[in-house]
Amino acid sequence: MRERERFSAAVLALDPAAEVARIAAAVRRQLAGELKRRGLVVALSGGVDSSVVAALCVEAIGRDRVFGLRLPERESSSATRELGRRIGDHLGIAALEEDITPVLESVGCYRRRDAAIRTVIPEYGPGYACKLVLPAGPTEPGLRLFSLVVSCPGGEVVERRLPHEAYLEVVAASNFKQRVRKMLEYHHAERLHYAVAGTSNRLEYDQGFFVKGGDGAADLKPIAHLYKTQVYQLAEHLGLPEAIRRQVPTTDTYPMAQTQEEFYFSLPWSAMDLCLYGVNHQVPAGDVAAAMGLEEERVQRVYRDIEQKRRTTRYLHLSPRLVEAVSEVEPRR
Amino acid sequence: MPDVSAIIRGFILDNFLFGQADYLLGAGDSLLEHGIIDSTGVLELVAFLERRFGLSVADQDLVPENLDSIRGLTDFVRRKGGCGGEGGGHA
Repeated sequence: MRERERFSAAVLALDPAAEVARIAAAVRRQLAGELKRRGLVVALSGGVDSSVVAALCVEAIGRDRVFGLRLPERESSSATRELGRRIGDHLGIAALEEDITPVLESVGCYRRRDAAIRTVIPEYGPGYACKLVLPAGPTEPGLRLFSLVVSCPGGEVVERRLPHEAYLEVVAASNFKQRVRKMLEYHHAERLHYAVAGTSNRLEYDQGFFVKGGDGAADLKPIAHLYKTQVYQLAEHLGLPEAIRRQVPTTDTYPMAQTQEEFYFSLPWSAMDLCLYGVNHQVPAGDVAAAMGLEEERVQRVYRDIEQKRRTTRYLHLSPRLVEAVSEVEPRR
Repeated sequence: MPDVSAIIRGFILDNFLFGQADYLLGAGDSLLEHGIIDSTGVLELVAFLERRFGLSVADQDLVPENLDSIRGLTDFVRRKGGCGGEGGGHA
């Protein structure tokens, strides 16, 4: 930012046509020059990120070389199945649906998670549903720790703080979903001699909102440099169906409906984008606060939360640590 | 009365720093800002305090002033009147 002109969301505006061309060129270069694969596999969740990535892959290498995968399980929302199908049809790519419920049952995803929940809510069982939430936003004082929210068969909703062991068990069991999906993505990529395209946007990538060895694993990540606001700009430019562009981002991981906002970010993505941009470009918190109609102190807390999440999730970005470099095979950056 | 501060320091050094005794950790240093604990680490600390000192940590106690430094943790345990619990070692 040049000046102390009024800071606004306009800083995130990009030239969509130029950006699509730039990404398409990078994808072609990476695929042919580094990855040496013939096409790309994209998991289609029905959300805007995976839809934009699939569309960008089509722009880069053509619809015949892009393979879409829909990987629902028994707790997926119906919108996931429907919108995933819709984007595949819209782009005219080959696509396949594989229900991953049997795999998740067999590795004990649901059983392990529910057993952990029963250490806190003993009656949890059939007819109940759950999700994890962050109870206080970064704009409020206090430490932000996950709570378990459970809806009971009678409609009652209870919220409990999870003890350390139960929290880790619930997360580790739930993360089977992302890891099983990635296992299937790589299965299809190998049988087709394709690479896997990841779908994290900048907010997710920067803040570690992904599962290591799960949705964090990919051969290329074409939108990891784009703020979510910019992903929506590309979605519009690429003419993606309105139903996909209007979707509220969800985790689609827990049986209760759960937005990304309540699970991880605790602020709407548009506000998180502006705060992240502010941190990245040393924009004073007061300027960002004025643009969002918030108090400066509250934005300062979000700034601190962004830095804290970076520290907390640094492990997710690290490749395996070696005692000494093996320079002969070090990957080029 | 046990030396609460030493017990807490011992737990942090053992549990989060694998006993790196050369790690210079001031009583007032922020455990979060120094990257020693994260939100999962806070949960571990809470479990430790409840187990070791026999106290109960309420939701409203979950503020940085209580849990983000050895001094804050020590004062918090003293205010809560904790000193019983399982006794013995750190973990």
